[in-house]
Amino acid sequence: MKEELLKRMVKGPDGVEFEIEPLRDYYCEAAPTVMHGAYIKIVEDMFNWARSESIWILGFGTGCGAIEMRPLMTPRFDAYRYGVQWRPTPRQANLFIISGYLSTKTLKRAIRAYEQMQSPKYVIGLGSCTINGGMYWDSYNTIKRLDEYLPVDLYIAGCMPRPEALLAGFVDLKKLIRAGKGEGANLYAEKFEWYKANQKRVIHDWDMPDYNW
Amino acid sequence: MQFDWMKIPYAFLTLFIVVNYGFLLTALVQKIGARVGRRRGIPIWQNYVDMIKNYGQRSSITHGTMFYLGPVFRLSGGVGLLLFVPSIYGSYMFSNLSFAGDLILALYFVFFGTLGMALGAGESGHPHAAIGVSRGLSQVSTAELPFALAVFSVALQYQTLSVTDIVAAQQGGILNWTLFTNPLAVAAAMLSFLGSMMRPPFDVVIAPQEIPIGPPTEYHSSYLALMQTNRAIFPVAKIVIYMNLFFGGADNWPTFFLKVFVIYLWSAFVGVVFPRFRVDQSIRWFLIWAVPLGVLSIVLV
Repeated sequence: MKEELLKRMVKGPDGVEFEIEPLRDYYCEAAPTVMHGAYIKIVEDMFNWARSESIWILGFGTGCGAIEMRPLMTPRFDAYRYGVQWRPTPRQANLFIISGYLSTKTLKRAIRAYEQMQSPKYVIGLGSCTINGGMYWDSYNTIKRLDEYLPVDLYIAGCMPRPEALLAGFVDLKKLIRAGKGEGANLYAEKFEWYKANQKRVIHDWDMPDYNW
Repeated sequence: MQFDWMKIPYAFLTLFIVVNYGFLLTALVQKIGARVGRRRGIPIWQNYVDMIKNYGQRSSITHGTMFYLGPVFRLSGGVGLLLFVPSIYGSYMFSNLSFAGDLILALYFVFFGTLGMALGAGESGHPHAAIGVSRGLSQVSTAELPFALAVFSVALQYQTLSVTDIVAAQQGGILNWTLFTNPLAVAAAMLSFLGSMMRPPFDVVIAPQEIPIGPPTEYHSSYLALMQTNRAIFPVAKIVIYMNLFFGGADNWPTFFLKVFVIYLWSAFVGVVFPRFRVDQSIRWFLIWAVPLGVLSIVLV
């Protein structure tokens, strides 16, 4: 545990002493709950349509695959045509692309970013490394199967997949969302214990609350 | 005092038209920006889809009361600005709730949303939000200065504080517009206009690559949807003031749409040509280039 995360007494500028416990004060520890959609089917269908047509990506590159995401913003591929946009903050993003290999250090940040996103949220595993470790299959510090740590909606295989493959992946993801199958956030809430056990098995310096949004 | 209750539904009608026009207009301007970069850009209806999606998000979290009120203040700033200024000159239906001294109220509403946003973003507790707010407030304050000078100059010129009277004085041919009768004031105001439109070279407030998105960093779901709605209303409402004060107003909707589009295009045009200023540069720029023009216009009037 890092020193700044320990419970301690702090003296305020007015001389009053008070106790702070960073893990409890700065984060909310309430576990995620399963959230149902709108009760009327046609409303939920409309929301699903809007979600599929307005995919906001968290601009967070975890591995070498991030370099394949950038050309999508350029005139050659121009993903904005399909309603795909990049958001700089997890709060506003719906889609988290794990782009390639994920070291255990990055996994920790990826989990925090994922938990800060608002439901419904989707995860795409980009490249072979997210499926079975790829060329890092025997590495000591990367995770092998992303699905054990975060609920993945879609994989895009390849090493590396071309930007066109990403565009095709977006089209497939749109179909999933429109069919009401993009319920990764609820899956995460249902199997929360299992995901946390898996995450804690590889992250040894776990100095954050179990759920930090 | 006699109040005509029928004005309220008519004002809502104006609001409805302006919201839809604003959504399409901002998307169109974004598309124009994309075409300059040789992209095709977002579909024209993208803003609607984004808004439905944000309202349809299942979870949202809060950081406190002010966090709730931030987007509400922002939206009421935009709506208030729109409702207290006549949008169509000479029309009973679309004169909204304008009254004799509405120019001062409009000046106040221009700043109101920014302040509300500052309080809301401050409570979110995110360091990027705090940086964005301090940049935004200092830049918008300086940008407001030439605009306020231009407004005083125009008020002195026509000897009235009523927007309707100012529009009335500009009727009867293009040469009666303030643009030609008081060009210095218009120049100062148009330079100030650039500063409040959140487009380059004055978009360091939200600096997408540097302090991720600035003030709204922590805003999401329906909070963000409220702010998007304001993003559609506020520029149009602000342009309506400019149109009324400097460009002869509009006496029907097609003229309104055209004039608003052309004035908006001015900031988009400057935005795609010039790179971004830092805050200290932009403040200096406003003080050196725009404020003297405003002072001069008052002196000459």
